Amino acid sequence: MQIKESPKTFDVIIVGSGAGGGMATKVLSEAGLNIAVVEAGPYFDPANEEQKNQLKWPYESPRRGAGTTRPFGEFDAAYGGWDIKGEPYTRKNGTKFEWFRSRMLGGRTNHWGRISLRFGPLDFKRRSHDGLGDDWPISYEDVKPYYDKVDKLIGVFGSKEGIENEPDGFFLPAPKPRLHELYYKRGAEKLGIPVIPSRLSILTKKINEDRGVCFYCRQCSRSCSIYADFSSGSCLIFPAQKSGGQITLYTDAMVREVLTNDNGKATGVVYINKKDRKEYQLRAKVVVLAASACSTARILLNSKSKTHKDGLGNSSGLVGKYLHDSTGADRVGFVPGLMNRKMYNEDGVGGMHLYSPWWGNDKKLDFPRGYHIEVWGGLGMPAYGFGFNVNGLNEYIGGEIGGYGNALRDDVKRFYGSIVGMAGRGECIAREDNYCEIDPDVVDEWGIPVLRFNYTWSQHEKLQARHMVNTFDEIIDAMGGKVISGEKPGEDKNYGLLKPGEIIHEVGTTRMGNNPKKSVTNKYMQLHDVDNVFIVDGGPFVSQADKNPTWTILALSWRTSDYIVDQLKKQNI
Amino acid sequence: MDRRDTIKSLLLGSVAVGLTVQGCISKEDNTTEVLPKDNTPFYGRTPEERERDKRLHEETFFNEHELETIAVLCDIILPKNENFGSATDAKVPDFIEFIVKDMPYHQTPLRGGIMWLDNFCNKNYGKEFKKCSQKEQLEVCDLIAYPKKTKKEHKQGEKFFTKMRDLTLTGYYTSKMGIEDLGYKGNTPNVWDGVPDDVLKAHGFEYEKEWLSKFIDQSKRGEIAKWDADGNLIS
Repeated sequence: MQIKESPKTFDVIIVGSGAGGGMATKVLSEAGLNIAVVEAGPYFDPANEEQKNQLKWPYESPRRGAGTTRPFGEFDAAYGGWDIKGEPYTRKNGTKFEWFRSRMLGGRTNHWGRISLRFGPLDFKRRSHDGLGDDWPISYEDVKPYYDKVDKLIGVFGSKEGIENEPDGFFLPAPKPRLHELYYKRGAEKLGIPVIPSRLSILTKKINEDRGVCFYCRQCSRSCSIYADFSSGSCLIFPAQKSGGQITLYTDAMVREVLTNDNGKATGVVYINKKDRKEYQLRAKVVVLAASACSTARILLNSKSKTHKDGLGNSSGLVGKYLHDSTGADRVGFVPGLMNRKMYNEDGVGGMHLYSPWWGNDKKLDFPRGYHIEVWGGLGMPAYGFGFNVNGLNEYIGGEIGGYGNALRDDVKRFYGSIVGMAGRGECIAREDNYCEIDPDVVDEWGIPVLRFNYTWSQHEKLQARHMVNTFDEIIDAMGGKVISGEKPGEDKNYGLLKPGEIIHEVGTTRMGNNPKKSVTNKYMQLHDVDNVFIVDGGPFVSQADKNPTWTILALSWRTSDYIVDQLKKQNI
Repeated sequence: MDRRDTIKSLLLGSVAVGLTVQGCISKEDNTTEVLPKDNTPFYGRTPEERERDKRLHEETFFNEHELETIAVLCDIILPKNENFGSATDAKVPDFIEFIVKDMPYHQTPLRGGIMWLDNFCNKNYGKEFKKCSQKEQLEVCDLIAYPKKTKKEHKQGEKFFTKMRDLTLTGYYTSKMGIEDLGYKGNTPNVWDGVPDDVLKAHGFEYEKEWLSKFIDQSKRGEIAKWDADGNLIS
């Protein structure tokens, strides 16, 4: 046999080291289990001087932080992006889907927005409310104890508000709002839109001896070198290693398939070592997939065997189906009241200090579900692009556009910090006909068949985006500002709805349920078909709420890890 | 230094930046505006990114004449003033040379734009742009620097000038000098405690009393968080 086998059998193999994989690593290793973590990218530690980007100045880079090599700017921590050399994906029927992957220890947790929202009671049971999609087989009460534990372990700032579908947690205190956020609050509240402190997993206060406290550089997207924000490596995997867990890390190791025996049970995985381009085999009693919703679906679909002819866990034919990403639409305003700013350090945390949770659950609207509003602006650090169209805003207040000479210095200062942006992030209805599948014709450079996407927005999502744009324009107006994003996008532009995948909240590909014909995993995120394979990424989500998925991924991964420990103790798996 | 030592020193570092803030980052550290000519790890890049940068630094795009013309334009767009240097003092032409290799879509518009400009000056003044007197140079710039006023026959020149202005300003304001000129105060460890009072007042705001309890008391940031059973913070 060509494949190199490891002689050792692990208790658990965890595929992927992002939020779900990191949490499983921590909980399972602390239960005394012997763990292999298999990550498709390199080792990453934001404290490592060679990998660190925090507190770097734009002039330390010849391209001044531009996004040539990394889509969110070269100081962003993500190794990867929408397109990864040698690892393509395809689309069918002329539809669009954008797929962001981070290939590194900690995955996308290294650069994400740290927006850490609990799903509310309604979010688990939306079908019962509006008849669309499906209810989860679990309720908020099942997850609440785990949300509580995640809050305390990882830390999240916020405020107790008592809003029913935005459950409060164990919050650290929030940072005070910035100036443009106060403008936003005043504008939004005039329209009856609630504004509350945001809920981000950034330490405004000490939670333990291992992690630093935020020093307000606004650079969480670069991953924090003192571990004051949540990244899976720095907050879960490193502490698990430090506390003596039996953890073997395999980096640059791309899992191709889960192996099964004649009884159909999983026995381990095959991975490609990206350094020597050879195949290796690892054995374990339990396999936990946490590769991200789409990558996990890909691994399952590529794991065909005598017993699992259509791929592992796919007797329902639903692996890859019900793929859904958040909806998104953005608008930008120019607020003359914010011109000629007095200078002070306004960096704050990496993200907004205030936001608006969805306020329309009881309203009659022409679309289902809702969205939350994220707000940005302020006196940010210049990077490539700063100063482009330097005095174009004169269009709104009168004055010369263009020109040259020292007057431009005045223009720069006059307009610096006067722009405020809003982004809506909402809930899409999960549908069986939005999916990823294996492309029959294409492999990546590791010889692994790639994913092919089919995804369309329905009228529900488009009308929701229209509501976002209308609302943001009204808020900008109420702030005394002018919309500078141009005409309202019409039906031909889906009313401003971004492409599916672009919000990077894709979930649903291995959804959970009580009926094995209509779901891939049970309520413990265990495959219906194979009792020793679990999925702890966003795949098992039945619906994604208008909340960023990470906090729920963490809570559910912890819950499933507890279940695995329990089942191993009882010798059920 | 192994990882554990790194964590330890970081924690010490974070104590040092506690409330007094300073020290951790020296403004006069060893960073410099001179572009790295090799693969010096100025910041966190993957081996592939470092290799690419090294290759780009080894290539040359603009010829001497083009670079001289770019320098003249840069300093027309941003001359020095009483407090700060000009765009060329901030090494903006070096930045433009790099960025066109990094983003090749800038190459033809800039190279062709310089030819357009020289061609225009040859016709009108019998010499290349850089050899024109300052008065002549500014006459030409006046024709192409104001997008709303450009004559049809000068539109291509306007597009070129706009790109030059964009790149000059971005190059300048991302340089050490430009950031100082702008007055940006961040990118340094600090303890955010809200908008300064005078700024709040000037904009007609105050932190509402019923809101203040939601926010961090920065004197307690170093105390380990503890909650009661209902999630109320008690430390």
